[in-house]
Amino acid sequence: MTEVLFFIAAIGAIAGAVGVVSLQNPFYSVLALVFHLLSLAALFLLLQAQFVAAAQVVVYAGAVMVLYVFVVAYVGAAEAAHFKAPVGGGQRTLAIAFALALFVELCIAILGSGLDALGTNGPNIAFGFGGPEQLGQALLTKFLVAFELASYLLLIAAVGAVVLARRRGGIHDEEETRVSAMAFLRPPGVGTMAEAVEGRTGTPEHRELGPPAGTGEPVR
Amino acid sequence: MNLNWYLVVSALVFCIGAGGVLTRRNPLVVLLCLELMLNAANIALIAFARMWGNVDGQIFAIIVMVVAACEVCIGLGLVVAIYRRRLPIDVDELRELQG
Repeated sequence: MTEVLFFIAAIGAIAGAVGVVSLQNPFYSVLALVFHLLSLAALFLLLQAQFVAAAQVVVYAGAVMVLYVFVVAYVGAAEAAHFKAPVGGGQRTLAIAFALALFVELCIAILGSGLDALGTNGPNIAFGFGGPEQLGQALLTKFLVAFELASYLLLIAAVGAVVLARRRGGIHDEEETRVSAMAFLRPPGVGTMAEAVEGRTGTPEHRELGPPAGTGEPVR
Repeated sequence: MNLNWYLVVSALVFCIGAGGVLTRRNPLVVLLCLELMLNAANIALIAFARMWGNVDGQIFAIIVMVVAACEVCIGLGLVVAIYRRRLPIDVDELRELQG
């Protein structure tokens, strides 16, 4: 039973990985990666890592991939035609040869390692191995520093992403108009305190109205 | 299931990811291939955790997931910033930092 599940999940994972690399449309690549991640979650369950599998599905296949889908939808469609051919023939051949050589080398390293336990199913482990209880205890005692550093890293990444992706002055189009909520809440001429003090100034609508009666130029 | 098999799957996924990083030119897909490589490392870490009967390897995998999430966050921010500046979204043409 385990063998059947393993082979189904492994074939799914490898097919997803191949799909990510070979599909031309980035949107389909993202969907292939979601499939790959779900298959990996099944592999993690077979290795008795329940919590990591759940986190993989919820955080990775859920949240991170939604971010990807949004960015691909924002950027991708116009650019898809640009990437019909991945890279030129020579570089492609070299890359595939490099990947094959790396695979052979990794297999030699795995099969030639002196770790006897690799040829077994692993030791018998107690019920509840890899559950949230054990992982939480390890995270908050033995790996407390790593846990705190990870939280700082997430904070820095969130701030960094906002800083990178925000609008800067000078990038918007000339014809792009800025509309503030106050223009809807207080249309010109409604008699706000600002108008009482400054006259009819401020928004473009005010300027179109012209100077208030009897006062000449509006105060800027 | 022999733990060897999990490691072979991990090596295969890692190599597919490495090949993808080298062959694709869209930075979004390059980021996806980096995710593949990190996930391959995760399978290996969890297989080793199973081998030792110890959750330490699973903690490693969770930290790797955190780092991957941060990497995606920053990488996608960079892609959006590139798009906003009307630059070509192509890793071969963005070579201002080269040499």
